[in-house]
Amino acid sequence: MEKPKLIVDGRRLDGRGFEELRPIKIEAGVLKRADGSCYLEMGKNKIIAAVYGPREVHPRHLQDPSKAVIRYRYNMAPFSVEERKKPGPDRRSVEISKVSREALEPVIMKELFPRSGIDVFVEVLQADAGTRTACLNAASVALIDAGVAMRGMVTAVAVAKVDGEIVLDPMKEEDNYGEADVPIAFLIRNGKIESIALLQMDGRLTLEEMRRAMELAKKGVMQIYKLQREAIMRKYMREGEDYEGSEEAMEVERERECEEAKGEGEKERENRKEEGRNE
Amino acid sequence: MSDDILMDIKKDYVLSRIRAGERIDGRRFDEFREVKVQTGIIEKAEGSALVRLGNTQVVVGVKMQIGEPFPDTPEKGIIITNAELVPLASPTFEPGPPDENSIELARVVDRGIRESEAIDLEKLCIEEGEKVWIVFIDIHALDDDGNLMDASAIAAISALKSAIVPAERFEVGEDFPLPVQDFPISVTSLVVDDKVLVDPCRDEMSVGSNLMTITSDEMGRIVAMQKSGSYLLPEEKFYELLELSVAKAGEIREIVKSQIQGGQDGEDEES
Repeated sequence: MEKPKLIVDGRRLDGRGFEELRPIKIEAGVLKRADGSCYLEMGKNKIIAAVYGPREVHPRHLQDPSKAVIRYRYNMAPFSVEERKKPGPDRRSVEISKVSREALEPVIMKELFPRSGIDVFVEVLQADAGTRTACLNAASVALIDAGVAMRGMVTAVAVAKVDGEIVLDPMKEEDNYGEADVPIAFLIRNGKIESIALLQMDGRLTLEEMRRAMELAKKGVMQIYKLQREAIMRKYMREGEDYEGSEEAMEVERERECEEAKGEGEKERENRKEEGRNE
Repeated sequence: MSDDILMDIKKDYVLSRIRAGERIDGRRFDEFREVKVQTGIIEKAEGSALVRLGNTQVVVGVKMQIGEPFPDTPEKGIIITNAELVPLASPTFEPGPPDENSIELARVVDRGIRESEAIDLEKLCIEEGEKVWIVFIDIHALDDDGNLMDASAIAAISALKSAIVPAERFEVGEDFPLPVQDFPISVTSLVVDDKVLVDPCRDEMSVGSNLMTITSDEMGRIVAMQKSGSYLLPEEKFYELLELSVAKAGEIREIVKSQIQGGQDGEDEES
């Protein structure tokens, strides 16, 4: 197969500039059974993440009396790629699960949940390059949705070298024919990038290009971080609205109104009585 | 349990020495252990190497077969890298299918060789779209005294460098040396507080496996990286590691090259 031209007139195949992300959609709390969940789209990537726990660890011997055990499973659906992927874990997904878990472990406050387990499951429903970073973004939101205490947010993005240019968030064609791919995740705390949580690379980059890739990644994650936060805020606002319209809320509302109606007259009478006594 | 206590004592000891500005085995922070390479140790393999990195020992064997190319690269040979952490190499290794550590080891070594284009895969095409050479790189750990990663990477490139393509055995022409055109070297460092320890030994790993592997090619370009271990890496440390790893790789590359080219397989170089 011939390598197509990936950059034409300073634009990428999908019309993006070098420092531009693909469109992102994030929604928190999409699954009923999971303790926390998130659906995320990044370009053609479609990811769903679920968090179960803190809960009892099975098998028991895996328990840690001093802290929670974190498990992370990255899995691709057979239909997520052009050519059907054999179901189940392959070597690639085992490695991705390992480094992703290691990115989250120092961020989750594990010592608050001794003897328990926190399971993070991410499913790639459709893949289009950058799935490990998209999955981490979804997993972070799902963890927060589950109420798991975290030191901050983990936000990830990939950077690639394509036709000699360092570009943000490569899509499939750029990943396939590009010269380098660098997935990076950061710990972001109070809106500030604190440290690197995940870092891998394959391809060929000079030291200078590597530094440039890091700068570009930092720019990219700040935009994603904003969207992650918004998704969580929306979830809580929605919960508030749901509550306002629910039976339970109506009941409280009715009681309050009764109270008020009763109160108007009674209060006045009582006030008068009080005043009378005081005099 | 007693192991845990021992580990804790070791950890305190290692940390106190690091804070005093030294390593437990007296090495400088950026110093590798002694590297010894012997190639051609397995006659049945197309290429092989035994690497000793201090007390860490790894054997890599290269075997080759003819097979069908991948449909998207019909004119290129294939590399398949595998690692086995056999139970003889460490009390913590267990028999059974490869776990995440051996998969990671194999994949990071593979990336270094693949991305540096160390093997000229186009020269391994016999018949486009039909027959190509498949190069199997099998990593066999013998003794894990820390940093199996770099020992394996050195053993892999050394074994490839010494490999002969067995064309006669497969009746597709004359035997020829495997076309190797680059020499990737990985450098793994342990990140402890504000210090970086190159080529950590097992005891040093008691402080935690906060590792960063950076592989570079002969031109000093980065070809593979892997942050491994549950820790957060400060950005400044990353830039420091980049420079350090490329510089160290240059030194190690020269040592390894001199041992596999001169001194007849490096066997009695130093003895």
